[in-house]
Amino acid sequence: MTDSLRTGLFAAFVAGLIIATGALDNWNLALVILNYGLISAIMALGVNLQWGLAGLFNVGIMGFVALGGLASVLISMPPVAAAWTAGGLRTLAGLAIGAVAIVALTAVYRRMAAGKARTIVMLALTVAGFFAFRTVFDGGVAAIEAVNPSLTGYLGGANFGGDAGRDWWWMPIIAWPVGGLLAAGAAWAIGKVALGLRSDYLAIATLGIAEIIIAVIKNENWLSRGVLNVTGLPRPVPYETDLQADPAFVARAADLGFDATLASTLWVKLLYAGLFATFLIVLLFLAQRALHSPWGRMMRAIRDNEVAAEAMGKDVTRRHLQVFVIGSAICGLAGAMMTTLDGQMTPAGYQPLRFTFLVWVMVIVGGSGNNFGAVLGGLLIWWLWVAVGEYGPDLMIWVTSALSEDSTLRAGLVDSAPQMRYIVMGTVLLMILRFSPRGILPER
Amino acid sequence: MEFLNGLVFLTNFVVVPALAYGAQLAIGALGVTLVYAILRFSNFAHGDTMAFGTAVTIKVTALLVALGITLGPLPTALLALPVGIAATMLLVLGTDWLVYKFYRVQRAKPVILVIVSLGVMFVLNGVTRVFIGVGDIQFADGARFVLTVQQFKDATGLDEGLAIRTTQAITLVTAAVTVAALFWFLNRTRTGKSMRAFSDNEDLALLSGIDPNRVVRVTWLIVAALATIAGVLYGLDKSFKAFTYFQLLLPIFAAAIVGGIGNPVGAIAGGFLIAFAEVTVTYPLKKVLTYWLPDSMAPDGLVQLLSGDYKFAVSFMILLIVLLFRPTGLFKGQSI
Amino acid sequence: MSDSPYQDDRGNKDRSITRAGGGGTSQHKPSGGTARPAPGTPFLIGEAMTGGYGKGPDILHACTIAVEPGEIAVIVGPNGAGKSTAMKAMFGMLDVRSGRVMLDGEDITALSPQDRVVKGMGFVPQTHNIFATMTVEENLEMGAFIRRDDFHDTMTQVYDLFPILKEKRLQPAGQLSGGQRQQVAVGRALMTKPKVLMLDEPTAGVSPIVMDELFDRIIEVARTGIPILMVEQNARQALEIADKAYVLVQGANAHTGTGRELLADPDVRRSFLGG
Repeated sequence: MTDSLRTGLFAAFVAGLIIATGALDNWNLALVILNYGLISAIMALGVNLQWGLAGLFNVGIMGFVALGGLASVLISMPPVAAAWTAGGLRTLAGLAIGAVAIVALTAVYRRMAAGKARTIVMLALTVAGFFAFRTVFDGGVAAIEAVNPSLTGYLGGANFGGDAGRDWWWMPIIAWPVGGLLAAGAAWAIGKVALGLRSDYLAIATLGIAEIIIAVIKNENWLSRGVLNVTGLPRPVPYETDLQADPAFVARAADLGFDATLASTLWVKLLYAGLFATFLIVLLFLAQRALHSPWGRMMRAIRDNEVAAEAMGKDVTRRHLQVFVIGSAICGLAGAMMTTLDGQMTPAGYQPLRFTFLVWVMVIVGGSGNNFGAVLGGLLIWWLWVAVGEYGPDLMIWVTSALSEDSTLRAGLVDSAPQMRYIVMGTVLLMILRFSPRGILPER
Repeated sequence: MEFLNGLVFLTNFVVVPALAYGAQLAIGALGVTLVYAILRFSNFAHGDTMAFGTAVTIKVTALLVALGITLGPLPTALLALPVGIAATMLLVLGTDWLVYKFYRVQRAKPVILVIVSLGVMFVLNGVTRVFIGVGDIQFADGARFVLTVQQFKDATGLDEGLAIRTTQAITLVTAAVTVAALFWFLNRTRTGKSMRAFSDNEDLALLSGIDPNRVVRVTWLIVAALATIAGVLYGLDKSFKAFTYFQLLLPIFAAAIVGGIGNPVGAIAGGFLIAFAEVTVTYPLKKVLTYWLPDSMAPDGLVQLLSGDYKFAVSFMILLIVLLFRPTGLFKGQSI
Repeated sequence: MSDSPYQDDRGNKDRSITRAGGGGTSQHKPSGGTARPAPGTPFLIGEAMTGGYGKGPDILHACTIAVEPGEIAVIVGPNGAGKSTAMKAMFGMLDVRSGRVMLDGEDITALSPQDRVVKGMGFVPQTHNIFATMTVEENLEMGAFIRRDDFHDTMTQVYDLFPILKEKRLQPAGQLSGGQRQQVAVGRALMTKPKVLMLDEPTAGVSPIVMDELFDRIIEVARTGIPILMVEQNARQALEIADKAYVLVQGANAHTGTGRELLADPDVRRSFLGG
């Protein structure tokens, strides 16, 4: 079987699953799966770049995804003017003090000779800097969070498009690449530290940074409202209610034989799907170009024989950092898209199993090193994830139908059916690793 | 007196909880470090192995309590612990036979085993959730305190009290016994030494007639015991929740790596280091400083350096600082 | 990139998730296979051995190496001649496609390396031949791992042979000097009370003074009655102490004789000893 035939068959299979979901169950569900699947595919593409092309083990995907989500809030939400006047500048000044303290610390560490004097200066600087930072910063934060806490209590975003930002409907789309940039910045910082060592510590570093990012988003209410969640994010597509109120839309839906409500929900999802698919296709195209460019060949050369590549004068650490930053940026982009699609930012929803390890399953199952594999793996695994959660309970009711209606075992099994998705994901991963270790679409 | 009151306060709210938490992390990190030393990969399923062992222990505890069997002042879970350990041993041996063994025979690269352990992690996570649910479970019974605040105040006449919870005392005693037993085993017994030899130089160990399958089997058995003990102690001290156990993976990995992964002494030191850092940095120290500093310098704020939700950040910052200055961890070089 | 997908780690060198070093490199052969009696053959002989690593090309071509009791036999030859390979073939670390290996009247060709240790072979690899993090004494204990009887006599004998080891017995072996480590390695192999001791370049990477001392120790071991088979890079010194010597060229026997004969052989002198 040729590679392209295999890819085509796999793509047809995944498309078939989604279409079958629509035809046999309902099209809204199918489109929801498709939309989140497309976003997952973008994440998988980013991780595949890191793992497939460079062998970098990133277990902090969740953090980069969450940063993207934060960008979505910071760009597409309207600013809270009262909060800015109350404590915006003071908070920023606090952050600036913190930054200056860190720069000063680094300078002292670099400039002064090692010894007691340096330790004392650094210690004094740390304590002084920390307290100065906290004094200025905490005051600003308290002021911001006091502004109408039940609705805002944070600085808001950068969307000046009136009416809760709805007039500037394109702001969310701007937010997506910004999410990528934010993630890239974090990735650069962490990569600079973790990849610089002779043998790297990327796994534990990314595992940690992801938890830190989530902790920041959960706690810094002035920035993200924390666990109070930010809801009602503007979206780049029309609202269903607006469509239903639009006579032209209702008429066209009726022409096609659709009820207006159904038509509006489907149309909105289709528009999202179009947007996401455009981004995915562009990224996939770029990833394929990169893979077959001299840069991609060099990355593979480094991966397959680092010593030889180093001997040929390739700066391995630099290349690794580069690919790590790019991959993380793609995850950030996908994270921003996901928050826009959700229409809200719920920091408590970021769970490593769902946002880090599930993406790993997508990449491994699809085929590490194969961009098409990662993308289709993303769609397939996402479909499976939803399908097991959606149909698992029904299936369990059917499986346990032999047991009596009020049996506790039956009730327990049916209740726990949604948890089955973890078992299914693990089993799929283990099966693929055992019987087709290169994934469904092998690298070559 | 002021000084003593401050000290007692600090001990009560920082030192004792951190000691208990540190002991739990240390035993968890020992399990990770043993797998790393012998099987040469970081086991991402370790947190879920802990959760599974604890879940079984909780079920058995409930059964014992229902039968009216308790340990009096001690938590009944201690009686159920051996059953939990046995069940976890069966689980890990089964997993090894069904999953890991294949890759060993193939001489798979360790990073493949890491990915395999991700799969095992998913499955175990689901199994535990199905088995015991996703809720928060308290299963500590018996006497709540070894030493209450009132007893301490009466005995010493200080303003501040010191309480030691039964679970904290049990954690420390069990941890000490476990660690002593493990070190005795590794350094004094023939099997333990063969495990160290295997970790040090696999080829030479094979030439010396050490049976690799036996080494791996014994390792898994010990890891199962350590994971269950760590999980049950943590659950007794705090509470059991499947998701929390999964999240313990980060501080446990951090502890193992800070100490120098593969090194048991390092795992223990790392566990306590991480625990003390987390508790100290996230506890409001206002009262301690009020006691210790002259009135004029008494702090206004809570002097909580970081909010409690940043405790993972603290583990991680410690890790980063140690790795920046000592890339091999605190106890470099020697593994088990 | 390797053929097996399980060997492909994509160049990952993340020490927080995988451990480097100390891992097994050789394909571990499970025990099994039986020894068959083969009377009337030399004490240890690898007879007409042909073979190579895995599916690779043959490195050995009908190569024959033998040792009799009380002898020191050395294998010398140019780089890449297959000296170490010949010894590893006798120890079962690679498959011989034809030829056989016999020890003390038994055909052991089908046995795995660890089973050959049980049969009485003591083998000291060229590198990574000690447990660096374990004490000297623990190294010796691990050497005696297959013995279930009391091995303290043997340990005393090893300490008598290598007094420095007794002095350093509680130190981690990895902290010793190069020459001392080789003594630990030989001592470890002696702990099984082997019928024959096989040394793969015991003097590789040690200074000339230490090399002389090591050779003295090896002669002492031979005096205790254990036949020794040794691969050596330092051909001249090795031939001087050899009772029997094999010169290998491209995996085949080129010259065979006593050490003295080969030292005197103009052909050998010209080709390998620099005139």
